Amino acid sequence: MSFLELRDVSRVYGEGANEVHALQNVNLAVERGSLVAVMGPSGSGKSTLLTIAGSLEEPTSGEVLIDGRSLSNMSHNDKARLRRRTVGYVFQDFNLLAGLTAAENVSLPLELDGTGARKARDAAMAVLDELGLVDRAGHYPDQLSGGERQRVAIARAIVGERHLVLADEPSGALDSANGEAVMRMLLTACKGGVAAVVVTHDAQLASWAERVVFLRDGRVVDQTVPPPSPESLLEPSVQP
Amino acid sequence: MSVRHALLGLLSEGPKYGHQLRQEFEARTGEVWPLNVGQVYTTLQRLERDGLVASDDAEAEGPQKDFRITAQGQEELDRWLRTPPDLTSPPRDELVIKVLVAVQLPGVDVREVLQVHRRYLVELMQQWTRLKEDEAEFDLALALVVDAELFRLDSVIRWLDAADGRLKRADAEPAAAGAPPPVLRRRLAVRR
Repeated sequence: MSFLELRDVSRVYGEGANEVHALQNVNLAVERGSLVAVMGPSGSGKSTLLTIAGSLEEPTSGEVLIDGRSLSNMSHNDKARLRRRTVGYVFQDFNLLAGLTAAENVSLPLELDGTGARKARDAAMAVLDELGLVDRAGHYPDQLSGGERQRVAIARAIVGERHLVLADEPSGALDSANGEAVMRMLLTACKGGVAAVVVTHDAQLASWAERVVFLRDGRVVDQTVPPPSPESLLEPSVQP
Repeated sequence: MSVRHALLGLLSEGPKYGHQLRQEFEARTGEVWPLNVGQVYTTLQRLERDGLVASDDAEAEGPQKDFRITAQGQEELDRWLRTPPDLTSPPRDELVIKVLVAVQLPGVDVREVLQVHRRYLVELMQQWTRLKEDEAEFDLALALVVDAELFRLDSVIRWLDAADGRLKRADAEPAAAGAPPPVLRRRLAVRR
């Protein structure tokens, strides 16, 4: 079963002559364990898609399901709980809290959800360890490089039992080596059972995903078919 | 791809047999450029004819023949490494031509044509990235080759995206699209 499902989702801003169709009849299903990239130019509706998928915004029509539960039947409080417990966000500009260490940033969502401080810290250290960041646990964001900050942000997005990661241009502010490290980390998280959606205009970033969905003017216009094994790239084809 | 200079590069490390050269060539290029042994020997014969390599035993043939680089060969290798390939004149890119043709044809959805190519390129990039994910971390040569391919394909996609943006703007202002400003038209005419 898909962990995240968008069924015929549309989003309209404004009214009458000023109406803007940010999303039109979008369908998208993402399983746990898989990384899907949504690729499109700016203004194509990528960020709207992500905020609707993460229940931060309501669709004008259509339905969003997370773990089989429809968000439209959910109370405000239930949605807030779902966001805290199930969904992790990664933004282009990291959004770490400057006054907290890496470990404190990572444990914060658990503590806000009522987990005891020690238990939250243990969970944070476990995920930092898993992502190779344990030696940075006591550092403050301004003591970390851009790449490290984004990796801490990913740790924060997957800490606890959260199974859906939504990332908006997660490597937009990073150089290619750090961008690659971020995508490797998201893939690792997916292999651990997370469903991830990355929206980006960057093909190099999108190419880490197993499926790339193309968004144009608020519509899904195309998607990649699963590529053959990369071995086919290495078959003898050299010209003398 | 200059097999000739790649072989000179390998021989600059010391004398080698033909078979050994083939194996090392493939290993050093991340096994992305397979080379048949006949091609190696033909190239070596030409290099020897041009005085860039010498064989120790002129009589022996086949796998036992040992080749070494000459001083002239070393000079040629140094010169080649520092000579930029010719990137000055725009290549007659088949994809650019297809898009230019599509723009002229009535009834063709050019943005749909762009998307067909975009998807194909992204699928190709997915394969290269998968290769990087699996192996390239441990193999510098392969990682360099994969990066080069990814950046090359990425630049083509960026061009498609830019073309898409241009077409969208042209659709919004059809008058401007129908009559390009005279300066632009003149430049295009010169290229032709």
